[in-house]
Amino acid sequence: MKRIKTLKTRNLCESAKKGGCGECQTSCQSACKTSCGVANQKCENVAK
Amino acid sequence: MVHQYKLNGYNIVLDSCSGSIHSVDDVAYDMIEMFEDHTWEEIVNELLEKYKDRDDVTKTDLYECYEDVLELKESGQLFTKDTYEDMAGTFKERSGNVIKALCLHVAHSCNLNCSYCFASQGKYHGDRALMSFEVGKRALDFLVENSGTRTNLEVDFFGGEPLMNFDVVKQLVAYARSIEKDKHKNFRFTLTTNGMLIDDDVIEFANKEMSNVVLSLDGRKEVHDRFRVDYAGKGSYDQIVPKFKKLVDARGGKGYYMRGTFTHFNPDFTNDVFHMADLGFTELSMEPVVGKPEDETTLTAEDIEIVKEQYEILAKDMIRRKKEGKPITFYHYMLDLEGGPCIYKRISGCGVGTEYMAVTPWGDLYPCHQFVGEESYKLGDVFNGVSNDALRDEFRCCNAYSRKECRDCWAKMYCSGGCAANAFHASGSIKGIYEPGCELFKKRIECAIMMHVSENEDE
Ligand code: SF4
Ligand code: SF4
Repeated sequence: MKRIKTLKTRNLCESAKKGGCGECQTSCQSACKTSCGVANQKCENVAK
Repeated sequence: MVHQYKLNGYNIVLDSCSGSIHSVDDVAYDMIEMFEDHTWEEIVNELLEKYKDRDDVTKTDLYECYEDVLELKESGQLFTKDTYEDMAGTFKERSGNVIKALCLHVAHSCNLNCSYCFASQGKYHGDRALMSFEVGKRALDFLVENSGTRTNLEVDFFGGEPLMNFDVVKQLVAYARSIEKDKHKNFRFTLTTNGMLIDDDVIEFANKEMSNVVLSLDGRKEVHDRFRVDYAGKGSYDQIVPKFKKLVDARGGKGYYMRGTFTHFNPDFTNDVFHMADLGFTELSMEPVVGKPEDETTLTAEDIEIVKEQYEILAKDMIRRKKEGKPITFYHYMLDLEGGPCIYKRISGCGVGTEYMAVTPWGDLYPCHQFVGEESYKLGDVFNGVSNDALRDEFRCCNAYSRKECRDCWAKMYCSGGCAANAFHASGSIKGIYEPGCELFKKRIECAIMMHVSENEDE
């Protein structure tokens, strides 16, 4: 596309199919302790 | 839901519900803005007029762009409808009463006397206390018993200052290691410390057992020493920086964060981040202070504006550092676009009071470390389990859709509905909202996304 560049991202709609195993780190645990940011968590789903 | 913004010379279009990110030129930017509520004729007339001085903007060309936008829409990468609301509660429902992370307050006591401490010098408005091995062991057993099929269990040694109870920390880790195989669990420990008691013994232990250490440093010496003082009022910077360096050098690439707090006295906190980078630390985190509106440390409305600019400065400088081969990591700018969390995780909230709880030195359970000491938020204790089911259910209902302000917000896939503790402190209710927190959060995500766009452009 001439005027639009799209970055590679995980498709969130697709992620609904196999997601939700709950193995990933709890959001606030360990680093910041004062806010909720989920986007920097790593997915740890072994079946993904 | 589409969020468009311009930052650092980039035009960025975020399709919040699919997670797609597009970097576009001015023409496409305007077109996407008009696309959903204007006809093709309206769009073409307006854009031909607006760009009449540019010969690369013709009707044919605009039509090509229009088709591209349409294609993105049809392939689910633009104007994706928000269809997740019904899913928002299901993750926690399915999880039942599973608990997978505990914050162990092994010491409600501290060897520093930082006036801004949300734990009021580690005592959480109560008496000084250390957790006994028996209480800690019971907490670990409680965690295993309640963790269902989850393998990865997280335990954070927190305080006050956890190293004031180092022997118990060591015993608890040894105990957890002794049971994890049989129970098919994988314990991940973290330690949050002010550094005063770090010695060779601590370094060896932390580097062997802790998957992450969080080291409290506020940045520049004068900033750090303003609040982080001992009981004689003496700043702790000179004592702890060499210890932190030694620990990090010995860590061999294992996770750590230098974690600072900034306040009304240093809204220009990027200078503190850069100071930490100058000291040779690369994994950095700097958080706005948590406080009551009347506290002298609390960020004012003017500060919030300064902080927002600072986030931009930081992002731009991090791009520069990376290009120069000397990258630093800022906790809030870590955004894993391809390997990040699934939609369930994104909309289910932080886990406070459900999969995550805090344990006091005497074994009481609270929704998270920031609720410890708020008597009405006591959930139960590690001996008898959760007794306040109504309260647990209230937390179970916290998700990206539970606050009306979040429903129409593009950032909810990134913040998951925000911090219940901040909401509680600001509004008196966990269902409330902490506006300045949202504003800063959104700014951070905009910056983090911009950094990815910038990297993508350079490729
Ligand atoms: S590990 Fe991945 S799939 Fe599982 S809940 Fe977390 S983000 Fe979703
Ligand atoms: S309520 Fe806030 S402080 Fe508590 S766990 Fe959630 S994000 Fe963290």
